[in-house]
Amino acid sequence: MSIQESVARAQSTLKEQPWRLFVSQVSILVRTEVRRNLFTRRRIWVYLLALIPVLFLGAHDIFSRYHFDSSQIEDDTEVLAGLIQFYYLRLGIFFACMGIFTWLFRGEMAARTLHYQFLVPVRKEVLVVGKFLAGVVISVALFETAVLACFYLMYERFGAAGRSYIFDGPGLSQLGSYLLVTALACLGYGAVFLALSLLFKNPIIPGAMLMGWEAVAPIFPSWAQRLSVTFYLKHLCPVKLPVEGPLAIFTVVAEPVAPFVAVFGLLCLTVAILVLSCFLIHRLEVTYTAE
Amino acid sequence: MTLGARQIVFENVSKFYGEVLGVNKVNFSLEPGITSLVGPNGSGKTTLMNLLTGLIKPSHGKIYVLGLTVQQPVEFFRQVGYCTQFDSFPPGTNGYDFIYWPLRLHGFGHDQATKLTNEALERAGMAQVANRKVAGYSKGMRQRIRLAQAIAHHPTVLVLDEPLNGLDPMARAESIALFEAIAKQGMHVIISSHILEEVDRISDCVVLMSSGYVVAEGQIKEVRREVRDHPMQILVRCSNAAKLASAAFELDHVVEAKILTDGKSVLIRTRDAEQFSLLLNKVVSSGLVEVDAVAPADDDVNSIYQYLIGTDGGPV
Repeated sequence: MSIQESVARAQSTLKEQPWRLFVSQVSILVRTEVRRNLFTRRRIWVYLLALIPVLFLGAHDIFSRYHFDSSQIEDDTEVLAGLIQFYYLRLGIFFACMGIFTWLFRGEMAARTLHYQFLVPVRKEVLVVGKFLAGVVISVALFETAVLACFYLMYERFGAAGRSYIFDGPGLSQLGSYLLVTALACLGYGAVFLALSLLFKNPIIPGAMLMGWEAVAPIFPSWAQRLSVTFYLKHLCPVKLPVEGPLAIFTVVAEPVAPFVAVFGLLCLTVAILVLSCFLIHRLEVTYTAE
Repeated sequence: MTLGARQIVFENVSKFYGEVLGVNKVNFSLEPGITSLVGPNGSGKTTLMNLLTGLIKPSHGKIYVLGLTVQQPVEFFRQVGYCTQFDSFPPGTNGYDFIYWPLRLHGFGHDQATKLTNEALERAGMAQVANRKVAGYSKGMRQRIRLAQAIAHHPTVLVLDEPLNGLDPMARAESIALFEAIAKQGMHVIISSHILEEVDRISDCVVLMSSGYVVAEGQIKEVRREVRDHPMQILVRCSNAAKLASAAFELDHVVEAKILTDGKSVLIRTRDAEQFSLLLNKVVSSGLVEVDAVAPADDDVNSIYQYLIGTDGGPV
């Protein structure tokens, strides 16, 4: 069969099965984006954001190896909860997602390579979904690894007591919740930053405003709180922190909702923002000189 | 297939970047074959190509390529290949991957994509260096690898923005032969260039652009005829510029006679250069004026711009 015939045959097959083509395109986009963005020097600061707590815990582990008392487990569980709720969910994942997801389109624009993706037979919506999933894979891989490492370092030093807390106590279920919350945070923030990058040429200022909104959302009415990512995440955190004073705004749950409602709510918010991105991408033009 | 389904059609297309004009009120339709977009830098050639391929959207008007619009990207980009002028590549990519992965996005399986990649690399003369990183390529190699990517999926419409830039004479000749071979298969090849000489030998049709306007369009012979009908400039250096200018003004076909600042040269614009030569002979033989030199002021191929766009670079 000549090349022309095989091209024509492949094209007619794909015309009959568009969904198969879309799935294959998404998977190729994810693969190429992950390969291009996961291990690059440009991402070193993102690795640091994910790994700083791990490094601290590792150092603490090494220098205080012989001073652990099993009665400390409860206290350290709260330390871990604080680390995840205050550092990872509010800062680490937030800024990492800002870097990763805004770069998916704006970075290509800055590198003058976006046209390659606009000149292939890929629907713009498929491009958005493919790039978003690539960002999710990168951020989830980094932060799930970091959270797992923190969890391990936090309980490993307690020896048998630590293992018992994990496997016979609430440890394993808390780990599952942390991993779920981390993945959902990457999804939620990722979708928001992807949309911001399509709305604004420089998403830094809108990003800062988003951070402010996420912080003050708890003082707003319930319906407004549902438009923030942390509203859903707070309900899924397994350990309630005994925080008082102004910091309590970050942990207080005024109107508790069931975990599955929180998960479903965040997924709906993510999908809604992705749909918005699919509209916004159609406005995007490749005008590198204007960047 | 209807005629419209074989044509590229621009219907009253304008593009403004804020208040800056990109192209204005472009109307034409192109038949298969080689079409050259020619114009000086900034005349709107790249804007027109970017509009054609959907990288930018028209402020007004519509564009159809073989009856398709960019709103149908899957069908559209199977038919269209665009080799842009942007000399940038995805970081870390090598020549092979640069062609292979977009083919996978076209929906080709691994075997077909491999076959098409190798074929495109061969056609562009890049097979030997395909596994090297693009960052290490010379300018000419980068140009050819972009060309290879644009032709890899066997498009029906091939759009090439300044495709001969940076190529050595051998690669230039090979590329031109490739464009001709593609056009002979009944496909559209649209080439932009700011050097008319470079493309006029191979073009079936030419679109001349200036300051965002299409100033002439059609078969290259028709455009040349149009140029012949335009006034030609002749510079005469003589002993009495004023006398020669007044004699020239008596002729109907002389539209302008300008005495230059040195006082010894006259720039004549005439619609009939032969008749003007006869006048010049008469003036010389009568002894009224001594002529030192006569030279056509625009007797090269680039003068086509001057004829069509005027001295201020604006549209005619």
